[in-house]
Amino acid sequence: MKEMVRLEGITKKFGDNVIIPNINLTIGDGEFLTLLGPSGCGKTTLLRMIAGLETPTVGKVYLDNQDVTSLAPYKRDVNMVFQNYALFPHMNVEENIRFGLMMKKVPKDEQQERIDQVLYLTQLEELRTRRPAQMSGGQQQRVAIARALVNNPKVLLLDEPLGALDYQLRKKMQLELKNLQRGLGLTFIYVTHDQEEALTMSDRIVVMNAGQIEQDDSPDKIYHHPSSKFVARFIGESNFFDLADGTALAVRPEKLNLCLEADSSTEHPEPAYYGTVVDVVFYGTIDKVFVRLDNSNQTVVAYQYFDDVKRWQQDERVGIWWNKRDEVKVKK
Amino acid sequence: MRNGKLLVAPAMLWLSLFFAVPLLIVVLVSFATRTPYGQVIFKFTLANYQRFLEPLYIKIFISTLFTALVTTVITFAMGYPLAYTIAKLPVKWQQPGLILVMVPFWINFLIRSYAWVIILRSQGVVNTLLLNLGLIKQPLALLYNDYAVMLGMIYALLPFMVLPIYVSIEQMDKRLLEAASDLGAPPWTAFRRITLPLTMPGVAAGSILVFISSLGMFVVPDVMGGAKSALIGNLIQNQFLSARDWPFGSALSIVLAVLALLLIMLYYKALQSQEGGASDAKELA
Amino acid sequence: MQKSWRDSALLAYALAILAFLYLPLLILALYSFNDSRINAVWSGFTFRWYASLLNNQRVIEALTNSLIIATISTLVTTTLGTMAALALNRYKYKFKGVINGLLYLPILIPEIVMGLSLLVLFSQTGIALGKGTLVVAHITFCISFVIITVGARLEGMRKDLEQAASDLYATPWQTFRYITFPLALPGIIAGALMSFTLSIDDFIISFFVAGPNSTTLPLYIYAMVKRGISPEINALSTCMMCATISLIVISQLLQPQHKSAKK
Repeated sequence: MKEMVRLEGITKKFGDNVIIPNINLTIGDGEFLTLLGPSGCGKTTLLRMIAGLETPTVGKVYLDNQDVTSLAPYKRDVNMVFQNYALFPHMNVEENIRFGLMMKKVPKDEQQERIDQVLYLTQLEELRTRRPAQMSGGQQQRVAIARALVNNPKVLLLDEPLGALDYQLRKKMQLELKNLQRGLGLTFIYVTHDQEEALTMSDRIVVMNAGQIEQDDSPDKIYHHPSSKFVARFIGESNFFDLADGTALAVRPEKLNLCLEADSSTEHPEPAYYGTVVDVVFYGTIDKVFVRLDNSNQTVVAYQYFDDVKRWQQDERVGIWWNKRDEVKVKK
Repeated sequence: MRNGKLLVAPAMLWLSLFFAVPLLIVVLVSFATRTPYGQVIFKFTLANYQRFLEPLYIKIFISTLFTALVTTVITFAMGYPLAYTIAKLPVKWQQPGLILVMVPFWINFLIRSYAWVIILRSQGVVNTLLLNLGLIKQPLALLYNDYAVMLGMIYALLPFMVLPIYVSIEQMDKRLLEAASDLGAPPWTAFRRITLPLTMPGVAAGSILVFISSLGMFVVPDVMGGAKSALIGNLIQNQFLSARDWPFGSALSIVLAVLALLLIMLYYKALQSQEGGASDAKELA
Repeated sequence: MQKSWRDSALLAYALAILAFLYLPLLILALYSFNDSRINAVWSGFTFRWYASLLNNQRVIEALTNSLIIATISTLVTTTLGTMAALALNRYKYKFKGVINGLLYLPILIPEIVMGLSLLVLFSQTGIALGKGTLVVAHITFCISFVIITVGARLEGMRKDLEQAASDLYATPWQTFRYITFPLALPGIIAGALMSFTLSIDDFIISFFVAGPNSTTLPLYIYAMVKRGISPEINALSTCMMCATISLIVISQLLQPQHKSAKK
């Protein structure tokens, strides 16, 4: 795949505070890459360095094989969708979208053509003359995307763009964005702390923690083969069973199975642990069964589905087992 | 943009040249001597400051401080309820309400004092009315005394008190009152224990503004107090006009300025310790 | 919150105080139409005091002076003040204490001190008092107000808008021209109006730095008041009041609504 963005030896300090110690990252043309991590992990800072809104303390930023490290944002061929949209309040939708084209001195008729196209693409045609203050969050969101896309940037940067939307709208927009990216073949670099969102939309996820890359892989690999406890904990839920050598076994709750203490069936592996059910919590499609392990303070979680034969109750004694293929060895 | 920072320079240079430097010169002059013909010669002397210890001037000082204090207290008593009422208005009426209160403030002291002269003088509105109604036989001497001056000051400075208090009340989290009510506090108690303490910064700001302004006033005492009026402001005005004693006038001004600055610094210290306490409270919450 | 007698009492008290604030001004305006030299007795409605103003050469001269001085000082303060406000908003300065001092002290120090300090400056440096010294004085006490007014507007502006403009290929100058300036404009106009009003209205500082041939309107009114009551003063004062009120109402309406930081 052709390389589109390359970050070499990026270090970022704010005063004495080291936000990002050292990062190397390459992003290919047409990829949907997500920077995923908790607040303060440096993902937004990294994104802004690609945009040019921040400068790395050390290191270089390459865009389409050109060194852009010292270039100001207005000289770079990337566009950003800001977290709170940053729509210009004194301009209407059309004027907002026109802005980048005007700055680049695109000829008037070409301007109009591209604006009309992107308005159609983002279904904003009817809102052409509205001001940002007169629109809902979802509509403003689409204007922000349109305003960026109309410039045909090489890379589109998105800084937690769906954070302010309600659940249903967010799910809908996730799909729309994904389709948009696929349809246009653009490179998207997406920042979020929502692991579900990352798993749904991305071709590739970079999990970040305290300014460092924990794991860089496809969603599938990240979910099923997390490389560390951090990644395993951050993506989906996980149970950890510590081993003697300092590593741990991670098992997803949906793969954790419970059986009666006295169960001696040979159809499944012998229980590795025993314990008592301390709580059963309703979660819609599943019940979460919390089990306190014997001889330990640790509580593990198993999912129970509504059509499971046995429905567990509080205070029952259980055995815990899982299939070998469902466990992942992770470092601390 | 490196040179962007320089944009602040012209304004700062201007203020340095025409605000800071003149003040420094005044300080110098306050230590200078006056010739019998009213010229200033730079012969160092402390005599100007020593004159403060004369009974006449001490009396004027005390009189000024007292007037300022009374003015502050009364404008507080009048201003707080007014600010409170505006803050309780529906949101879209609040800015018009504020404008309503602030408009008189923008009309200069001279005109506002003069309006009172028309009302209070011996052939003025009040006296004419009372005479016509037969309530008095002789016109009352309502003007040209200390009370008239105080009235004029209160009238002139009231808006100064209202605005900071309004801001303070408006910024208060109303849910605190709901919590107080939920915990059984009747309205007056909630006001006394929640609203009043939390709006103290606004009251302090307004009080400082009114007090300092009142100290330096000479227009109101001049127009409404007449020849008898003796406050620091008039005293200073005199030194630069009829008495032509600039060194003494400068000394008086410096004392006035220093007093103002001390009060402001006190206010800032108090504000910072209050904010420290408030943010501690927020962390515990 | 229920309406109670407390709320009604409060409202009544507030209205009484508002009446206290406005009554004298209304009376002043009323009597400017009184057809009588001896003020308080109402002898009929007339415009003749206003007419006499128009024929009064000295009033015209004072008015002209006031307008010229106000216009020049407003132009200068708005320019210098806006530049300063922009810079203060965007950059961090090492001497923040000094800058804040220079900025706020002119407002906090009693006007009389500023007035006489300028008089001392001009006399010690041999500069003759006149329209020029008035302009300089007015600029000095107005600058801080403009900086604070424009600064408040800039403060309320979202930082990411300028970043978005930069991301959309706008050079720093273009960002200023298309985004920062239009959004700051209401604040700049408000500051300019405030500066103009302060200048027209100023008495105390003008008192000290005006020369013998450069009277402003407030100084003229003072001279008249000192000479004795005359209905022309009422008329003149009423005119000034109306002008001030209009300017201030316009200026305040341009200020952003005071937003409370409630969640």
